[in-house]
Amino acid sequence: MAATAGSSLKPTREFALARLLNREAPLGYALLLPALAILAVFVAYPFAFGLWLALTDSTIGRLGHFIGLANFAYILRDPIFTQALGNTMAYTFVTVFFKLTLGLALAAVLHIEFRFNRFTRAAMLLPWIIPTVLSTLAWLWMFDSTFSVFNRMLAWIHVTGPSWLGQFPWPMISLMTVNIWRGTPFFGVSLLAAMQMVPAELYEAAVVDGAGPWRRWLYVTVPTIRPVILITTLLSIIMTFADFQVIWILTKGGPVNQTQVLSTYAYVVGIQGTDIGIGAAISLFMFPVLCVSIGIILWLLHRD
Amino acid sequence: MRTGRKILAIASVLVALVFTLFPFYWMFVSALKPDKDLYNAQGNPFAWHGVTFAHFEFLFTQTHFLQWLLNSTIVATASTAISLACSILAGYSLARLRYRGAGVLGWTFFVTYLVPQTLLFLPLTAVVVKFHLLGSLLGLILVYPTFLIPFCTWMLMGYFKSIPRELEESGLVDGCSRLQAMFRLILPLAVPGVLSAGIFAFTLSWNEYIYALVFISDGAMKTIPIGVPSELVRGDVFFWGELMAGALLGSVPVALLYSFFVDQFVSGLTAGAVKG
Repeated sequence: MAATAGSSLKPTREFALARLLNREAPLGYALLLPALAILAVFVAYPFAFGLWLALTDSTIGRLGHFIGLANFAYILRDPIFTQALGNTMAYTFVTVFFKLTLGLALAAVLHIEFRFNRFTRAAMLLPWIIPTVLSTLAWLWMFDSTFSVFNRMLAWIHVTGPSWLGQFPWPMISLMTVNIWRGTPFFGVSLLAAMQMVPAELYEAAVVDGAGPWRRWLYVTVPTIRPVILITTLLSIIMTFADFQVIWILTKGGPVNQTQVLSTYAYVVGIQGTDIGIGAAISLFMFPVLCVSIGIILWLLHRD
Repeated sequence: MRTGRKILAIASVLVALVFTLFPFYWMFVSALKPDKDLYNAQGNPFAWHGVTFAHFEFLFTQTHFLQWLLNSTIVATASTAISLACSILAGYSLARLRYRGAGVLGWTFFVTYLVPQTLLFLPLTAVVVKFHLLGSLLGLILVYPTFLIPFCTWMLMGYFKSIPRELEESGLVDGCSRLQAMFRLILPLAVPGVLSAGIFAFTLSWNEYIYALVFISDGAMKTIPIGVPSELVRGDVFFWGELMAGALLGSVPVALLYSFFVDQFVSGLTAGAVKG
């Protein structure tokens, strides 16, 4: 602790404050205050409030009464909710699988030095940077029932394209495609960054042992970057499970709830239907996935 | 063998590039195509006859697009400024000062960063209504820091940790107070970190959708992501040329920001995953 200069001065109130702020602990807490205040009012409080809302029959503009677990009993009997839960899981599982696989491939290819490498890396990140709603609008236009560019290309080779957002099972497949398109760069870039940190000696040792590129990747790269693979995957699971934008812009959960997921159904029930208590209960079903993922991430980060 | 692998790599890069960039290409050409090419299901989809700026003109004269652009800029700038101010203080505190609970508080910020907006939006709406912030840009400006602060704090913590401690210790010996040492010695060195956190925060708030969708209903108060799909879809009619023109113009600010700071972006994006 640094000695306070001029301690012979008469200690005025400001001076006492200045001295207090020169000690580590009081200063430390004081500097945290603005950030913690915002997070307390707009994250911690709403979260606690959400738990309470889920136990009441509140509607928008009217705080209701405590009704215990009645909302949960209601939604578990609601076939649309069950469908939304299943859709959310399928959407998450399928897209994360593809994003991880394609991301690994993308990182492996971008790791090779070639002439347009920098341009390629920059271009590949665009879907991640550009506002999702706006790029999803471009997809909505490409999936248009009459003027879909895909169907026009197919018509060119005399194939009739499907109704991308209308006819089972295409709507879900279309949503998944857009999500994979948007999410793969995130995997690619974080896996690439991890790959660039793998010590060159490991590869050299593998070459001495006679390992080809494929075996080097499988036995050196993948085990070394495994923590990053796991953390990136878990982050993506959280984001995909809670995804709203892609689905809301393309199908709004339709047709007839075919693509309804937890976030869209919570919006439909809680905002459009004004049953904010039931909506809060629906979105709370994201919580277990969030907790498990966060638990594993924290455990992984603490291990090293 | 060696050339075979190279050809395979180049081919896969090309396929990936086409898949990645095609939607942007289609957005771009659709914004410039005249309606008779846009709404023609026959023939070669890539052939078009002439360029028109009519869609852009419509956007600027028949919709609130300029107002949305202004709103997005105000909201993103203000919420980024608030978040950076809070996060610089908090990040410095957590990275540099020793006190009880600093470790746990640091992880609390990280966990908050992982909470998705869609989990919180319903109770948050009720809170925003209670504070009479519904329908105002101020509501968005105060709410966006909830996802920006955890992220920026976490990123800046890592950055502050990389600056050697000896530097401020020498300042303290020379008679600086701790706050002076922080603002005069450490902060100038952390400018690149603050810059990447700021770019990130600006992009995240520019792109935010669900809070804006729920909190704002007045057409003149909307931000780009909620404005474009609302006023350019009238009933069952989609104004596709105008929609694509709006999407294109709404993407330009972040695309520009990104093209100037690609490297900060990449290091920022991976900071969370790699540095942990």
